[in-house]
Amino acid sequence: MEKFVTFSSKVVPLAADNVDTDQIIPARYLTSIVKSGFGEGLFHDWRFKSDGTVNESFVLNQPQHKNAKILLAKQNFGCGSSREHAAWALLDYGFKVVIASSFGDIFKMNSGKNGLLTIQLSEDQIAELFTAIEAVPGTQVTVNLEEQKVCVAHLCYQFEYDAFRKMCLVNGYDDLEYMRSKAKLVEQYEKADSK
Amino acid sequence: MAKTLYEKIWNSHFITQDKDAPALLYVDLHLVHEVTSPQAFASLKDKNIPVLRTNRAYITVDHAIPTVNQDKIDDPQAKTMVETIRKNAKENNIKMFDLDSGKQGIVHVIGPELGLTQPGMVIVCGDSHTSTHGAFGALAFGIGTSEVEQVLATQCLLQAKAKTMQIDVSGKLQKGVTAKDVILYIIKEIGVGGGIGSVVEYTGDTIHAMNMEERMTICNMSIEAGAKAGLISPDEVTLEYLKGREFTPKGDEFDRVSKKWLEYATDKDAEFDKSVFIKAEDIKPMITYGTNPGMSVPIDGSVPTLESAKNETDREMIEKALKYMNLTPGQKMLGQKINNVFIGSCTNSRITDMRAAAAVVKGKKVAPNVQAIVVPGSQQAKKQAEAEGLDVIFKDAGFEWREAGCSSCLAMNADKVPPGNYCVSTSNRNFEGRQGPNSRTLLASPITAAAAALSGCIVDPRDFI
Repeated sequence: MEKFVTFSSKVVPLAADNVDTDQIIPARYLTSIVKSGFGEGLFHDWRFKSDGTVNESFVLNQPQHKNAKILLAKQNFGCGSSREHAAWALLDYGFKVVIASSFGDIFKMNSGKNGLLTIQLSEDQIAELFTAIEAVPGTQVTVNLEEQKVCVAHLCYQFEYDAFRKMCLVNGYDDLEYMRSKAKLVEQYEKADSK
Repeated sequence: MAKTLYEKIWNSHFITQDKDAPALLYVDLHLVHEVTSPQAFASLKDKNIPVLRTNRAYITVDHAIPTVNQDKIDDPQAKTMVETIRKNAKENNIKMFDLDSGKQGIVHVIGPELGLTQPGMVIVCGDSHTSTHGAFGALAFGIGTSEVEQVLATQCLLQAKAKTMQIDVSGKLQKGVTAKDVILYIIKEIGVGGGIGSVVEYTGDTIHAMNMEERMTICNMSIEAGAKAGLISPDEVTLEYLKGREFTPKGDEFDRVSKKWLEYATDKDAEFDKSVFIKAEDIKPMITYGTNPGMSVPIDGSVPTLESAKNETDREMIEKALKYMNLTPGQKMLGQKINNVFIGSCTNSRITDMRAAAAVVKGKKVAPNVQAIVVPGSQQAKKQAEAEGLDVIFKDAGFEWREAGCSSCLAMNADKVPPGNYCVSTSNRNFEGRQGPNSRTLLASPITAAAAALSGCIVDPRDFI
């Protein structure tokens, strides 16, 4: 996993609640047995019309949002299916951060495990961000995980983030190694449990 | 101190916790299917890490497989997935319930059916509907592929403790109101994000009067309210179901573990972080009109008007959903024409679901222009249904009788609902495109779905029983 470093980027404002993982990547794109290439299926049925042509009105297709690394949404982003392909697809497409007022629990966990940062802000803060970004498309937003801060121009928001997950992201750690370092304790637990 | 079921399972599976780190929790049972596991096995192989406890994982195939001609999979990608999981099962010495085993089926149907699912366990699977197993008083939840890999490698998970939420349903259900209607009503009440960060326990005499299959339907859809898991304290009904199952202890040993299992039940004075109380009498047969499982109305109710929205966000959501569903604000659900009926999925594909649907269908005919399919949740459930002659009832009526699998619930196999079609479905998600691009899903109970199949439109199931 790459280390998460402070960066600035444009933001895609996706003004929707309850964006489920079936929208993020439809099930028919889950048939690959590797982790790469899922960006192609990202928001497929919103990005493309049923005849296969590009849906120009979908926010991700608008030229002013090209190459944005931050996705802004509303509440309960990533609800539904546990498919980790949703996090893989967002990363593969180029996103590094999703900001929303709440997240589906499994999506949040999957994102953290892959280095995709999920930032939870209050509904009011999210509304302010939407206003700021929609007023000036292309506005740069800076994300600083070490200080747990999101800034747009002079406006900065502090966000909460799990301390352990932060340590993993900032250092690019895979937590499997941490878990494996506890193998002896697991064995002891098993022995005690079988008594 | 009095404890909840969740706290008891947490305590009995807690291994260690470092400062500023999540707890390490032991996993008793890991169910694995073909779609969310190949990358986990491949990654372990790359890292040269073996599967730690091969006897705690069980594999089956359900998501990508066809429900006709299963011995010859035409779709090359589905075929690759099935071949890959067979190889992974063999290489890692993990028991697999394959298509020729007589025991294959949807993971959340076969786990309980085989008696793998037991009270007090921590159960995980790379599938969000793992919450189903909570019906047995197990802490069961869905995980992603990274966690599938971690469980295979360490038999543990890193977990933060969740909040507890009680949803109490008390009183007598009206005729024609099923477990599916109860859970759709609950999701509507608390909202699709209402359970985020919480483990729900369903309590009350209505819940404990339900059989295990009804309880599984309830717990199955906990995730649709955003809950981490949904549990029901084990009781005599739980024990009765588990007795004599393939993987449950036998004889005196069963009596011994039964005692231990019952001790997991939430203590009388235990406190929850939040409680919601629901009167069973208030619940009618429910049906969804929108594009998330919280957007439902009583079967004799109307689609909301835009004016009825609580706020601007709510209004936008209703407007967007109704546009997708091509329904008119304020219209009645009764009489709405439908094209497809799907009876199946990990929510409603068990023997009691099929019996209830068959009782509605018996001696009648599926309406012209409706394609109706019944997809049993497992090979064993299918065999049982056939022994009872349910397959003949369905086939005589014009239903297709399929092989076990996830089928039309998620459209990653051949069973897709055509674009623009309305499908009354006993599954769990009505998201845009869930059953195929531009498909329109109306979630309901097996009897509501069966009655709709006969009528070609949405009808009140209470007129059919």
